[in-house]
Amino acid sequence: MSTTTTSAGPTTRRDQPTSHSDETPAQQPPLHSAHKPVEELTTATVRFCGDSGDGMQLAGTQLSNTSALAGNDIATFPDFPAEIRAPRGTKAGVSGFQIQFASGEIYTPGDRVDALVAMNPAALATNLSDLIKGGVLIVNRDEFDEKGLKQAGYETNPLTDGSLKGYRLFQVDMTKLTRLAVQSQGLGTKESDRCRNFFAMGLVFWLYSRSLEPTLRYIDEKFGKRPAIAEANRLALKTGYNFGETTEALPTQYIVPAAKLTPGTYTNIMGNTALAWGLMTAARLSGRDLFLGSYPITPASDILHELSRHKEFGVRTFQAEDEIAAVTSAIGASFGGAMGITTSSGPGIALKQEAIGLAVMTELPMLIINVQRGGPSTGLPTKTEQADLLQAVCGRNGECPLPVVAARSPADCFDVAQEAWRISTKFMVPVMLLTDGYIANGSEPWLIPDFSKLPKIEVKHPGPMTNGEPFMPYARDENLSRPWALPGTPGLMHRLGGLEKQDITGNVSYDPINHEHMVRLRQQKVDNVAKHIPPQEVAGPPKGKLLVLSWGGTYGACLTAVRRCQAKGLSVAHAHLRYLNPFPANLGDILRSYDKVVVPELNLGQLNLLIRGKFLINTIGYNKIQGRPFSVAELTARFEELAS
Amino acid sequence: MSTALPVLQAADFASDQEVRWCPGCGDYSILAQMKKMLPSLGIPREQTVFISGIGCSSRFPYYMNTYGLHSIHGRAPAVATGLKVARPDLSVWVITGDGDGLSIGGNHLMHCIRRNLDINIVLFNNQIYGLTKGQYSPTSPLGKVTKSTPMGAIDNPLHPLSIAIGCEATFVARSIDVNIKHLGMVLKRAAEHRGASFVEVYQNCNIFNDGAFNYATDKETKADTVVELEHGKPLIFGKNRDKGIRLHGMNPEIVELGKGISEDDLLFHDEKAPEPSLAYLLSRMRHPEFPEPIGVFRAVDRPRYDDEMGRQIATAIEKKGAGDFNELYNSADTWMVN
Repeated sequence: MSTTTTSAGPTTRRDQPTSHSDETPAQQPPLHSAHKPVEELTTATVRFCGDSGDGMQLAGTQLSNTSALAGNDIATFPDFPAEIRAPRGTKAGVSGFQIQFASGEIYTPGDRVDALVAMNPAALATNLSDLIKGGVLIVNRDEFDEKGLKQAGYETNPLTDGSLKGYRLFQVDMTKLTRLAVQSQGLGTKESDRCRNFFAMGLVFWLYSRSLEPTLRYIDEKFGKRPAIAEANRLALKTGYNFGETTEALPTQYIVPAAKLTPGTYTNIMGNTALAWGLMTAARLSGRDLFLGSYPITPASDILHELSRHKEFGVRTFQAEDEIAAVTSAIGASFGGAMGITTSSGPGIALKQEAIGLAVMTELPMLIINVQRGGPSTGLPTKTEQADLLQAVCGRNGECPLPVVAARSPADCFDVAQEAWRISTKFMVPVMLLTDGYIANGSEPWLIPDFSKLPKIEVKHPGPMTNGEPFMPYARDENLSRPWALPGTPGLMHRLGGLEKQDITGNVSYDPINHEHMVRLRQQKVDNVAKHIPPQEVAGPPKGKLLVLSWGGTYGACLTAVRRCQAKGLSVAHAHLRYLNPFPANLGDILRSYDKVVVPELNLGQLNLLIRGKFLINTIGYNKIQGRPFSVAELTARFEELAS
Repeated sequence: MSTALPVLQAADFASDQEVRWCPGCGDYSILAQMKKMLPSLGIPREQTVFISGIGCSSRFPYYMNTYGLHSIHGRAPAVATGLKVARPDLSVWVITGDGDGLSIGGNHLMHCIRRNLDINIVLFNNQIYGLTKGQYSPTSPLGKVTKSTPMGAIDNPLHPLSIAIGCEATFVARSIDVNIKHLGMVLKRAAEHRGASFVEVYQNCNIFNDGAFNYATDKETKADTVVELEHGKPLIFGKNRDKGIRLHGMNPEIVELGKGISEDDLLFHDEKAPEPSLAYLLSRMRHPEFPEPIGVFRAVDRPRYDDEMGRQIATAIEKKGAGDFNELYNSADTWMVN
């Protein structure tokens, strides 16, 4: 179901009670309290946290969509454990979802939160340190019993021992109130308790003057076939909302007005979805059939799921028996003329590397997508990291270069997917596309493009040869690309393979001079990409004290921190790299225009190493390897220090 | 077809590359039979693709004047899967060996067979690693002394056909490199089968494992050591065709014809048996206890992955209409900013 809201201002702002649904007009509260003061904010950061079975991701997603529909700029950060259901009530099982919504442009889900909803003691214990002093703290008091406190490691009850004095604590008997609210639907205790997240949502929606309409619609779509469950969720949601309105405990309501974004139609999109749509779009723009070979892995699986849903676009998805079959099947598909793609995360990419070498050697276009996660080995499957850059650039046997590009935000995945395929087909080379768990699962408003206005991706195939001349599969065009000759074309029969090939003829060759020629040629092909990509842009002064050089998912945090420094009058500029191999042609000049260059990365300094190696510049690393994104505050502090 | 296709000869399928197998290698014979058989299929050369992994057998595509991809070790079935899914119009062959297909690539072989893609897999079984110069393979017999097993192999060998049958193969066959007529027949049957065809070819490595299949190729012995399977016919073998295979409970036994035992008492081959039990039992008959069966063990029909994929796409288009991108982009909740 698609619904478009026109938002000239904050659409949720109503002075009169609004009828949202014909069936239940009486139950619909006005968005603004009749008797409580409403405070206007420019931004708010909220986190829901609870057990991994408590539905916190859903609560966060609903608040995100509702805020986006209300015209806010938003950024989200889901944070969940690798275990599907860790033991209930334990710290290991805590799942969280953070969202920032604002009346101006924002680029991160916020550092610390203004409001924290903790569904149990374990969630409180693991999340409290991120709540600002004086922040709103909503807890489900019913879960703070002896057992719950013990599981969270509390020796005394924080709700009563005075340790939460610095916060605006609201203790809500969420379990009891939810059970009462849904009583009429005759559900069991377990099912009733599953509605608690809707109660929590209702309460937060009231707190931030959000409309219930999008979530009520969601409930209809999701639970329509189970009327009792649907009604229970509706009741829980509304009860939570009404509780906020009536309880004396919450004295103030907030509103964050709509942001002034570029005019157009928006939708809230997650990184993995944007990437899937970008890939499908690239396939159509280049007249290819999309083939995805993939093996399920966190946090990349959602790309496989999304693509599998769209067979009406001719999308062919193959859930392979392993990572190696995933990549080699994509090579087979590319050989046949399809848009061969494989998606994975770090451990899977490591398994694919030999095959990626085959794609480099056979000079076939294909995309390898790495949604990075914490490593090494199995590492931190659900946490984010940028530690696969060297694996992408250097991780294969032999001299085996390939272009590497990285997306910077959820919506950017859509554009980067097309750009990667444009490079791959133009230069007949596999391209590695890096995202990470943070942007894959995060979401932001996306200005929806008009498909008919997107630039085509030109792909050429040689036609049949009937003159009996031998076909030269490794002949070169002006980009040093060889022809993409498709099986089925008469007269172009040829054999590809992983053995070294003689240039032009493509025959197996062990000739030493030819080998060096081919090694250099494959490198040159990749180097030539630099001539095709746009020059690197810099935000801020073209010369100065400090350049912040970042890549991938740290874009938003770096940009925000740089802007804060600039607002303080510091000489700080920001260059964010989309192209990591090769680098843009003007990058060296840019780097040499600043006294200092700092390279913030969620690894031990991988881009830093490449930059130092390439440009012989004494760049400064700033590194964090905690499975979490940078906070704007820590970046700002470091940049200020370096620029002062 | 209104226009007649040019009639091709075996030579039309030969590439301009010099064949570089060791002189006397069994691979030559398989290459020759393949080139001889292909014209009989009426499929143009450009519609035919050979995919291989790594090993002596995997050089095969270079010698064929078709499309080809000499991929990496063990992965040919996966490469072929991607190609066939993307291009169901092509005739796709996988050439592999006992090491490539059953050791490093065992996983891919297994899944490729169970998916029943319409491709043909030919496994050259020489019971040795040839290209790496003589280590034992997953099909080498127990006790086999090789460079890596100076005191004899201590791991139990695999039977390729038992593996294929266990993977729910719809077409399983065996032939022998030097039995050229039979080999040509088996390759043709494999090509004509709709679904994943698995063919094991006994192939002599005259450098590192010479004579491994002498029992099955030697003029003096082969009549007693090989039994040729024919659909609907009893299993009879021997120089004088006086011996047969009879079922004793769940086990095969060798019997002599005459002396109260007639052909009707013998095991009759049924390649179309819905259950794979008979094919499996035949795949377990090994020299020297039994004559080893050659021919088509199993040929049954089951839906093919590539067909089913096409069907799902057609159904999706029929139900939802051909995908419209603007509709897709606007499929979730949207809002306008003026």
